[in-house]
Amino acid sequence: MNKKLMSIALTAAAVGCVAGTTAFADGNVLNIQCWNEEFKTRLTDHYPGYEEVDGTHGKIGDVDVVWTITPSDDNAYQNHLDEVLPVNEEAADDEKVDLFLIEADYAKKYINSEVEVTEKIADLGITDDELANQYQYTKDVVTDAEGNLRGVSWQGCPGVLIFNREAAKEVFGTDDLDTVQEKVKDWDTFKATAAELKEAGYSIVSTVNDTYRVYSNNVTTPWVVDGKLNIDDNLMKWVDDSMEMVEAGETNTFELWSDDWAKGFFPDGKVFCYFGPAWLINFSMHADEEGSIANLGGWGAVEGPQGFYWGGTWIAAAKGTDNPELVADIIRKLTTDEGIMTDIVKADSDFVNNKPAMEAAAEDDSFAFAVLGGQNPLAMFCAGAEKIDLSNMGDYDQGCTEEFQNAMKNYFDGNASKEEAIELFKTAISEKYPDLVVE
Amino acid sequence: MNSDAVGAKSKGLPIGVRRMIAYIVLVLISFLCLFWFYVLLVNATRTNSQIQGGFSAVFGTNFVTNWKNLIGGTLPVVRGMVNSLVIAASSAVLCVYFSTMTAYAIHVYEFKLKRYIYTFILAVMMIPTQVTALGFIKLVGRMKLYNNFIPLIVPAIAAPVTFFYMKQYMDSALPLALVEAARIDGAGEFRTFNTIVLPLMKPSIAVQAIFTFVASWNNYFTPALILNKDKVKTLPILIAQLRSADFLKFDMGQVYMMIAFSIFPVIIVYLILSKYIVGGVAVGSVKG
Amino acid sequence: MRNKHKAVSYNKWGYIFLIPFVTVYIVFQMIPLFTTIYNSFFENYMSGLKQIGPNFVGLANYKALFASGDIWKYLRNTMIMWIMGFVPQIFFSLLLGAWFSDSMLRVKGQRFFKTVIYLPNLIMASAFSMLFFALFSDGGPINTILVSLGIFKEPYKFFSHVWSARSLVAFMNFLMWFGNTTILLMAGMLGIDSSLFEAANVDGATSTQIFFKITLPLLRPILVYVLITSLIGGLQMFDVPQILTNGTGDPMRNTMTLIMYLNKHLFSKNYGMAGALSVVLFIITGILSIIVFRATGDRQKAR
Repeated sequence: MNKKLMSIALTAAAVGCVAGTTAFADGNVLNIQCWNEEFKTRLTDHYPGYEEVDGTHGKIGDVDVVWTITPSDDNAYQNHLDEVLPVNEEAADDEKVDLFLIEADYAKKYINSEVEVTEKIADLGITDDELANQYQYTKDVVTDAEGNLRGVSWQGCPGVLIFNREAAKEVFGTDDLDTVQEKVKDWDTFKATAAELKEAGYSIVSTVNDTYRVYSNNVTTPWVVDGKLNIDDNLMKWVDDSMEMVEAGETNTFELWSDDWAKGFFPDGKVFCYFGPAWLINFSMHADEEGSIANLGGWGAVEGPQGFYWGGTWIAAAKGTDNPELVADIIRKLTTDEGIMTDIVKADSDFVNNKPAMEAAAEDDSFAFAVLGGQNPLAMFCAGAEKIDLSNMGDYDQGCTEEFQNAMKNYFDGNASKEEAIELFKTAISEKYPDLVVE
Repeated sequence: MNSDAVGAKSKGLPIGVRRMIAYIVLVLISFLCLFWFYVLLVNATRTNSQIQGGFSAVFGTNFVTNWKNLIGGTLPVVRGMVNSLVIAASSAVLCVYFSTMTAYAIHVYEFKLKRYIYTFILAVMMIPTQVTALGFIKLVGRMKLYNNFIPLIVPAIAAPVTFFYMKQYMDSALPLALVEAARIDGAGEFRTFNTIVLPLMKPSIAVQAIFTFVASWNNYFTPALILNKDKVKTLPILIAQLRSADFLKFDMGQVYMMIAFSIFPVIIVYLILSKYIVGGVAVGSVKG
Repeated sequence: MRNKHKAVSYNKWGYIFLIPFVTVYIVFQMIPLFTTIYNSFFENYMSGLKQIGPNFVGLANYKALFASGDIWKYLRNTMIMWIMGFVPQIFFSLLLGAWFSDSMLRVKGQRFFKTVIYLPNLIMASAFSMLFFALFSDGGPINTILVSLGIFKEPYKFFSHVWSARSLVAFMNFLMWFGNTTILLMAGMLGIDSSLFEAANVDGATSTQIFFKITLPLLRPILVYVLITSLIGGLQMFDVPQILTNGTGDPMRNTMTLIMYLNKHLFSKNYGMAGALSVVLFIITGILSIIVFRATGDRQKAR
């Protein structure tokens, strides 16, 4: 209690007087914008010198750290950023946003914005060499149209195909990784395998939406070309492949995260595989629930048809920050320091954005996953992360991805022809992005 | 009384059958209404994976754990409840008091602009609230009222829908003769309103107070854009925050616990206020 | 009216009592309202963080709105789902109101029944719909029961068929709001002078007669209120279909309401299109409300 009072008194004093003995010649208040507590946990646990004061306040030396958490429901987080970021430079120093977090889906919106709202990472004094150990795709996400890097992530979220070992034994006679990979090595083989699994009463994937991001991470053209909406061939391939499987009764059209989708986490759900990164395996497949496949250690991991990633959070420095040095130091420590990175892997089972740390972990048997029956899949994740190419990401991805999946569900469910579904998609896009030419 | 029963019998179904039907329908409806609370409670006792594993009608064993996780977590849930209470209660009080006053002005007095003002208020009632929401947020920004309760409370004074109800209620239940009588007794206009009219309006005030309280209590959209400091956040914002937790912390058990926790105060407020609506009818009609 | 000189001295109080409402309305609502109308004549939206406009475009937004004809489809959806929910809502409200006030029926446990009917309204729509989803999902308990009873051969996709999706929206709206209507009516009944009931009883009226000859006519202002506000609320139907269909209005936008459509334009902060849509919605609501007012004859009574 006393400590709390002290810190409040100190805060009050700090506002009035000259910056004290901070290691950085910066402002007194570090304002961080985010939508959940993930980054706060990381900073509290792994940034040297961060002291927690209460749920949304902390201290680094003499600098007060203020967390503003706006939930992402109803787009509230982005609406809030849209209000504060463009006028950040005019705000009083202690009110200025210094650092904010973004997700891949809408990263480009802030990275490529006409009114600059992010600082270039190079301007913070962080060199390319310092970031050399990071996976290229994590840089693609936050590189602007001119090629400037404007954000950094401490995570990598490459995904793999996670299969049900019992199902593999039943249908293919073995759960040997190479044999299974051979059965899902490309989409045509994948479809043939789907038919084989159907015979045995298994759905190859829980829903068509499981495979979406695998296709969408491997497109050759962006959603928007010269201001015109463009649907990549690989996405149409997803539509056609999915429809084939739905019509053949080999899979379903559930929403991700729905109860129906998650049924396959248990043996009775009769689902052959899911696509996901490390965090899905570790935390979302009900490993703590008796009788779940994960609890029995019944999953296995193989590369699958194509590489992909799922999730991740990026740190951006807000344009106009009055704490550039501190921000730079946080970015350095939390995304490039191999020691801290290794700590994060150990403490939080995160897949970190640092090749040497992850490659070391891939060799280390103590990183084997119990849910995978003792398999250490990190080498596979590392290989996957190297392969991801996100150079076709664009400013409109969030809305296009969402609306495309929504519209196509009508086609898969038999409520519309393919053409009608595409028309619906175009209508939805012209509502969301009136500046795009939609033909 | 006896002759009534005979009369009813000769016309339609016997009273016993009618009573039977009434009970069956009422029990079914009550089941439909209470069922959701049961499921909420059940879910509040289950773990995250149990909830995502699907529906269940059997209580789990995780009640205490979920509660501890919620209260021991970093979210200011108690503070949130206090904030929600302050905002919802103030809105409800301001809304019913001033809506009644506005309705009274239209109902009792004759003045030149009356027709226009009445029509105007009815017209603005038809404007969808979502339309002005974004403009309202901008306005709040210009007034420098972010993280302040004022923009969430004060606008309740001008509530066309509540006004309209009060006006209609007065049409059916407030005879002008009463007001005249008060005047003859020498009461001032303001006093007449406060001491004679308000008590007469009790049932309608209770109804609208409940509605306003509940609407404000469950409101997410506007508060989420105005309040972003922990000290001022309301429960729906905290629930949304819990739902957008990262995968390490994501826990539907906690979410349901929080929803159950946040429903409690509204139920209490409702039970208190509903006395004025529920109690009276029974007395009036059974006796009659 | 009766006493002109008296009336004059009191009537300034009419203005005085209106001050709080009018002041607050002007400060907090008027400006956003006028900007809404004003904006409907402009091209004014955000693309990412880039502000486009405002450029004056005359009636272009209105033209764009009507050109596709979608707006009529959404109006139709809205009205269909509103009526599907409102008819049972008003029916049960009146039925319960009649039963509760029926002196011969003497329903026991009235307090309990009267209290529980409003409870669903206390649950946040978003929480309510999470439960609804779980219940009606393909592998949810409703499907399990229907399949095991042999009514369906395989799970029925409630949210993938037009009429089942609309029915669920209407059903949830009904559940959330019929208690609200019933309470309004019950409060209205409280306002009726109980000596009227006594007199009727003495005259030997049956309870059905009392309900139709005394209760209903005296409740008319409240019924008009219920009708008008339900209509307005119905035209502004948003949260239930929005959350139940995840904002898509699927299947094929057959459950998309006007305000969900409006909400689509708010993503790009498209004040131009949203403004035009609001103005149109306002006109539609106004016309329908006037029809209701006329039909119920309430306008004359309100002077």
